[in-house]
Amino acid sequence: MDKEQNKTTDQNRRAALKGLAGLGLGTIAGGFGIGDAEAAKKVVMGFIYVGPRDDYGYNQAHFEGKSAIAKQSWIKAVDQENVPETIAVQKAMESMINLDGAQVIFPTSFGYFDPHILKIAPKYPNVMFLHCGGLYDASKHPKNVGSYFGYIDEAVYVSGIVAGHMSKTGKLGYIAAIPIPQVLRNINNFTMAARSVNPKITVQVVFTGGWSNPVKEAESANSLIDQGVDVLTCHVDSPKVVVETAEKRGVYSCGYHADQSKLAPKGFLTGAEWNWSKIYLDYATMIAKGAKIPNLIRGGFKEGLVKSSPYGKAVSAKARAHADKARAQFMKGGFVVYQGPIKDNTGREVIAKGKSYSQTDLWLESMDWLVEGVIGRTKG
Amino acid sequence: MIEDPSQWLTVLIAVLGGAIRVGTPFLFVSLGECLTEKSGRINLGLEGNLIMGAMAGYGVAWITGSAWLGVLAAGATGVVLGFIHALLCQQARVNDIAVGIALMILGTGLAFFLGKPLIQPSAPHLPALHLGAWSDNPALRAALEINALFIVGVILAPAMAWFFRSSRWGLAIRTVGESDQAARAMGLNVNGVRMLATMAGGFLAGVGGAFLSLYYPGGWSEGLSSGQGLMAVALVIFARWDPMRCLYASLLFGGAGALGPSLQSVGVTWGYYLFNAAPYVLTLILMIAASSKKVRSGMPGTLAAR
Repeated sequence: MDKEQNKTTDQNRRAALKGLAGLGLGTIAGGFGIGDAEAAKKVVMGFIYVGPRDDYGYNQAHFEGKSAIAKQSWIKAVDQENVPETIAVQKAMESMINLDGAQVIFPTSFGYFDPHILKIAPKYPNVMFLHCGGLYDASKHPKNVGSYFGYIDEAVYVSGIVAGHMSKTGKLGYIAAIPIPQVLRNINNFTMAARSVNPKITVQVVFTGGWSNPVKEAESANSLIDQGVDVLTCHVDSPKVVVETAEKRGVYSCGYHADQSKLAPKGFLTGAEWNWSKIYLDYATMIAKGAKIPNLIRGGFKEGLVKSSPYGKAVSAKARAHADKARAQFMKGGFVVYQGPIKDNTGREVIAKGKSYSQTDLWLESMDWLVEGVIGRTKG
Repeated sequence: MIEDPSQWLTVLIAVLGGAIRVGTPFLFVSLGECLTEKSGRINLGLEGNLIMGAMAGYGVAWITGSAWLGVLAAGATGVVLGFIHALLCQQARVNDIAVGIALMILGTGLAFFLGKPLIQPSAPHLPALHLGAWSDNPALRAALEINALFIVGVILAPAMAWFFRSSRWGLAIRTVGESDQAARAMGLNVNGVRMLATMAGGFLAGVGGAFLSLYYPGGWSEGLSSGQGLMAVALVIFARWDPMRCLYASLLFGGAGALGPSLQSVGVTWGYYLFNAAPYVLTLILMIAASSKKVRSGMPGTLAAR
């Protein structure tokens, strides 16, 4: 109780001091006719990651986005790593708002949304809380909350084409954490892309049961390679172990989240990456101009939210040309991956002939099936 | 389901390979814990030793360019943590379990903090012996790619059993573990023996950590251990404080850990949550089995008297 009170008084005092200082500066500046209001009006943005900034994965992708915009002189970007999805994230958000004066907060992990963002947002109606993920619902959630996310499955599709060209055994391996819609969509895109190159290709899935379990990821990679899989990719928090194990065993790998090409100079093909720097800069520009921030932003290659890792040395010219073509189609917009007839891997027709679901279709966000050609099951 | 019977062989090979690859850190931690517990003290902090060892080993290997120096550094870190544990525990009315938990949290936190700059760099890995070179089955060849540390562990287990059974120092440790009073009557320095046993146990756990970061899965990351050190402590009880049984139990656990991924990779797609949980299910079953009276026969007297 006492502590809590002390903290608030402390924060109030800081705020008051800041105000005084600002006033003082303003007066001086005004007195000399400089009028440097811009300096005080830096856009302050706060970023919160669930893991380490340099995990070669999800968190690194966000950190790279933050680092890119932090170079702008008119932006002040603060961040905090390793913040668990507990009350700790509420404290991190409040301290960014009260001590750093953040105008917009980006809590980047899935589990930060409910209840943490939803609890803090109503207390600070002038601060925008933008969550990375698909949980925002305009009808239920506060006005100063929003969400942004990228259609990374487009970039996974491009990886799938490269994998399809490069595989000699016709067996690809996918190491995934848990069978949630986003993961299944990536697996399906990868599979359909690879099978558009060679219809005989199969994709063997291993679910490790957790987002970060290096020993299991290494075991899965080894088991898949023992089975004759010659291209590995994954959807876990950090693809480092999978890519390194593939390199050690002499098979190809496709990355995810961030650029892992350095980890496998021989066998790295390409990878699906987030491109957060663009959207973060867009948000900053909107704030600086005083424009209203949209609550929901989605996009793929065309909107610049995702990108492919540079091709590895091993990738053949044919594969490059085919993958470039697919990417160009995504850039142009209107390329539909989920075009019927599509069967799932139990033989059931999930999308009938003539029917198609475009990228923005919400039906795709509740995916619970694996496409024909995947060896795996959505229910353990 | 599996149609081709040869795939069962693949699963078997994967489990064998997993037993060796995944089991090695269990082996080192459980041998270390066995040594400490034989002297009448429980060190729950070995999870902290394992993680600190992994971090320190990786860091030193990266800086010096020598993986073996990394192993030594990992062991040394374990010795320091063991020393702190022993020093605190020999004070009056200090509970070794509580100290162990504190050190586990300290070790984990410290390793995460100090390990920040080590996530990206690539340190040299420990070399492996290619014992499967005679076979042209790539799966078998990969399974028999055995790290020298595993062989050290396999030799260490019978050596430790002999040490307890037939050496003077082993007798001293057992006496201290059985009864403080008897040990004092024999003129043994009870705290001194326990301190040495805890430090040596800490060394082994640290080396186990080096195996994780310098060989398999390799690299430093914060999810590297995910509780393996704690499981290894539980193994010791199941192994009835017998180093040879520690070896078997570690292999069993390693194999169980490899079961989930290998079954899925041959196309057994059902029940992966169950198979992934195999090591934990095994721990529970073993703990229940171990709670029978028979098991207590191997328990050091001072631990049994609590």
